[in-house]
Amino acid sequence: MAQAEVRHEAHTATGLDNRKLGMWAFLGSECLFFGALITTYLLYRGRSVQGPFPEDIYDIPFTSVSSFVLLMSSLTMVLALSAIQRGDHQGLRIWLLATAFLGMTFLGGQVYEFTVFVNEGLTVTRNVFGSAFFVLTGFHGLHVTIGVLMLLHHFGMSVAGRIGQEDSLRIELVGLYWHFVDIVWVIIFTVVYLIPT
Amino acid sequence: MTEDAHVAGRTEEDPRTHARVEEHAHPAPAEYVKVAVALAIVTALEVALFYIEGLADGLLIALLMVLMAIKFAMVAMWFMHLRFDNKIFSRLFITGILLAIGVFTVVLVTIGVVGD
Repeated sequence: MAQAEVRHEAHTATGLDNRKLGMWAFLGSECLFFGALITTYLLYRGRSVQGPFPEDIYDIPFTSVSSFVLLMSSLTMVLALSAIQRGDHQGLRIWLLATAFLGMTFLGGQVYEFTVFVNEGLTVTRNVFGSAFFVLTGFHGLHVTIGVLMLLHHFGMSVAGRIGQEDSLRIELVGLYWHFVDIVWVIIFTVVYLIPT
Repeated sequence: MTEDAHVAGRTEEDPRTHARVEEHAHPAPAEYVKVAVALAIVTALEVALFYIEGLADGLLIALLMVLMAIKFAMVAMWFMHLRFDNKIFSRLFITGILLAIGVFTVVLVTIGVVGD
């Protein structure tokens, strides 16, 4: 039986789209999630009784480049949204793919960093600094991974012709999530890597 | 407002709920690029500060926190469009941020990491 596609427009008391409102409420709650992890890191950072300690293993030039890559992925993300809002489907695909590529580059850097740290003796069970560091940056990496999967999913949908200009809100919601992951890293880069113990 | 901004600024009333929905124009791509360049410069400043020898820890931390706040605000206001979208979104997000800062400042002070 053929099924007609029915689109429902939600009219809310605020006049705003429920999905966007829900995404912002979710991001507000994520502030508490990452706030807890960053606080735990600050609590444990200077309390390890055995090394390696942060100043022994951090590679600031490498992490600076990773941070720059993630920051620039926010630019490509917002350009993807701008493209679909103009009805530019090819632009949407190019910028979505660029954002996913930059996200994967960041993740590759994180995997490399974790590998180096483990080889130098820092594991999640080695000391309290290691536990707090790997849990905080690991959960951030998990968020980036989810973001990359969402980007690739929407790229596939666009290639299949299933994202029209009227669906730009979908891209905007993915973008909000992606930018949030980026600003969490802005905080982690400063608080975890740059501020001295 | 730039000519190629893609969402016109407007305040409308929802005919069913009578809610007033306020939106402003999103920036043009060129403005996003300018914001990204500014973000890159601030990041370079952060890293440069880290390598300055003889800078007091207190001053270094204060400067890094200011630069971090600037980057945070720029991404939230331009890339996440909080500067242009309905204020309800800003309130939701800022509530989460203030709640997190409040709760975890109390935790850090109570346990003695801050304010020793």
